[in-house]
Amino acid sequence: MTALAAPPTSPGKGRPPQDPPRKRIRKGGAGRTMKGGWLSYLILGVALLISAFPFYWTIVAASRSNADLAQVPPSLLPGPNLIKNFDAVLEEADIGKALLNSLIVSGSITIGTVLCCTLAGFAFAKLKFRGRGALLTLTIGTMMIPPQLGVIPLFMLIAELQWVNQLQAVILPGLVSAFGVFFMRQYLVQSLPDELIEAARVDGASTARIFWSIVIPIARPGMAVLGMLTFMTAWNDFFWPIIALSSQEPTVQVALRQLGGGYVNDQSVIMAGTLLGTLPVLLVFGLLGRQIVGGIMQGAVKG
Amino acid sequence: MSLTATAKAGPRPSGTGPGPDDGRAAALRRTWRKASPYAYIAPFFTLFLAFGLFPLLYTAFVSLYRVELQTSGEMEWRGIANYTALFTDEYFWISLRNTFTIGVLSTVPQLAMALGLAHLLNYKLRGRTFIRTAILLPYATSVAAATLVFAQLFGRDFGLINYVIGLVGFDPVDWQTGTVASQIAVSTIVIWRWTGYNALIYLAGMQSIPHELYEAAEMDGASRWRQFIHVTLPGLRPTIVFTVIISTIGATQLFGEPLLFEGSISGGISHQYQTLGLYMYEQGWGFFHLGRAAAIAWVMFVLIVVLVGVNALIVRRRARKEAGR
Repeated sequence: MTALAAPPTSPGKGRPPQDPPRKRIRKGGAGRTMKGGWLSYLILGVALLISAFPFYWTIVAASRSNADLAQVPPSLLPGPNLIKNFDAVLEEADIGKALLNSLIVSGSITIGTVLCCTLAGFAFAKLKFRGRGALLTLTIGTMMIPPQLGVIPLFMLIAELQWVNQLQAVILPGLVSAFGVFFMRQYLVQSLPDELIEAARVDGASTARIFWSIVIPIARPGMAVLGMLTFMTAWNDFFWPIIALSSQEPTVQVALRQLGGGYVNDQSVIMAGTLLGTLPVLLVFGLLGRQIVGGIMQGAVKG
Repeated sequence: MSLTATAKAGPRPSGTGPGPDDGRAAALRRTWRKASPYAYIAPFFTLFLAFGLFPLLYTAFVSLYRVELQTSGEMEWRGIANYTALFTDEYFWISLRNTFTIGVLSTVPQLAMALGLAHLLNYKLRGRTFIRTAILLPYATSVAAATLVFAQLFGRDFGLINYVIGLVGFDPVDWQTGTVASQIAVSTIVIWRWTGYNALIYLAGMQSIPHELYEAAEMDGASRWRQFIHVTLPGLRPTIVFTVIISTIGATQLFGEPLLFEGSISGGISHQYQTLGLYMYEQGWGFFHLGRAAAIAWVMFVLIVVLVGVNALIVRRRARKEAGR
């Protein structure tokens, strides 16, 4: 589920997607600069509460017993059973293995996607070759078609290769990101001056050398944003993993389905599992949230 | 810049020094320089062809065959039989209708609220970075996690939402078996996860609207509301089209929410919230009819093309109308 695209109004040309330019927009006179009144704060406050409440509730429910949750009125404060519920999750769905699998899958997809897309993005941005326009159009054109629609032949392919239930069945198709190529191309068109490449060529540097010594360092901020977004999307992916993997070799999302799907009917244990499966990505988000917001405002992502 | 320095300081590539093979080496280098771009796109395109493009195109082919999950290597020609079977299946039509109603129920409020939130976020606010980040938090959760939490909140007997409804004095709602109620519940999950994301997209669009337009409107005596209608909305049109199209595509393939809401593959006892995406999964991996599932995928594709086309047409017509005024 990675239909990714950039909105037509992605603001401004010639600016790398970084924090300082956004300030420039503010000072430069675009947008509105009116101050928000108390009503704005009130509405936004309510919106934030609604955004955050399900997370809070997960913690509350995960730290209580099933009997507590069947009480009216329900308790709204965390209870003492968190560790006990975590133990139950580890026992019933082998979530430890699932977490490890998710880490392997998301990590490989992130590294692979960022590398593949930077290479291709660089070629599309700065190298001249026959068929460049057509290939780029083809790549961008498929961005509008959800990958879900190709899932049946993909499954047949994976079955043919006897990869069902093996992590590479999720990793390899995950490396295909038309959005990533588009994103890196845009980034490099804007932030890598042609003169720099020409100068290096005059000095006798090969394209490979130019890529490693000039392109990669300049592309690094863009690669970081793409990496974070790819990691989140890969970690949260649900549709393809539940088709390609099973309970023997699950990712966290597949394991969560087992918890919800009836093996266990202990609500507090389900919530504890949900909490375990969400924590890593929340951690990433907590650390890098600002950059993720910046990345999304620059070149929209849909996962 | 240190980058250029490292490039310059590095060893010169072979061939710069004079030698007997100089001409041949130079020719070789020239050939390589022409061919090397393909080496850069090769890793992506190899994977793209194998795991992206080929399955997409091959789906149409598979949809004309009888293919069963256990013996996916054997294919038996069926012509359009998969499609005729589909169109006579009552559950296909139910899931098609559900996809449409859940799509409207989730997309319209989601985008309307996102627009409002973006408008507020565009004001000068204390802690705006914090608010922006916090509002995107739901986007960081997975479909699976969000759905499990909401399924609990929407529980019939002990769910928090019914409890609150009870406090206000209404009867509890059966969020799982009622058709409208269950579709509202499923839509709520979608709305919760995506509103903040869309708000940020709108905010980005709003910030690219020139400030002078607002100043001019203010001089003409336009109220804040009229400024929103006559300056913000038109300036935001391309962004709105983008979000409408993306949300439409997302809604057409909705899958995880209806699957996990109650854990049933059929989308409720009477298929009351089964979407096309879930119907495809049920046919393919529940009943093992991969050929039939491929036909559903192809129908979804046509549906997306039609919906996106209709959206684009409406927008273009409206734009022309306004230009004529």
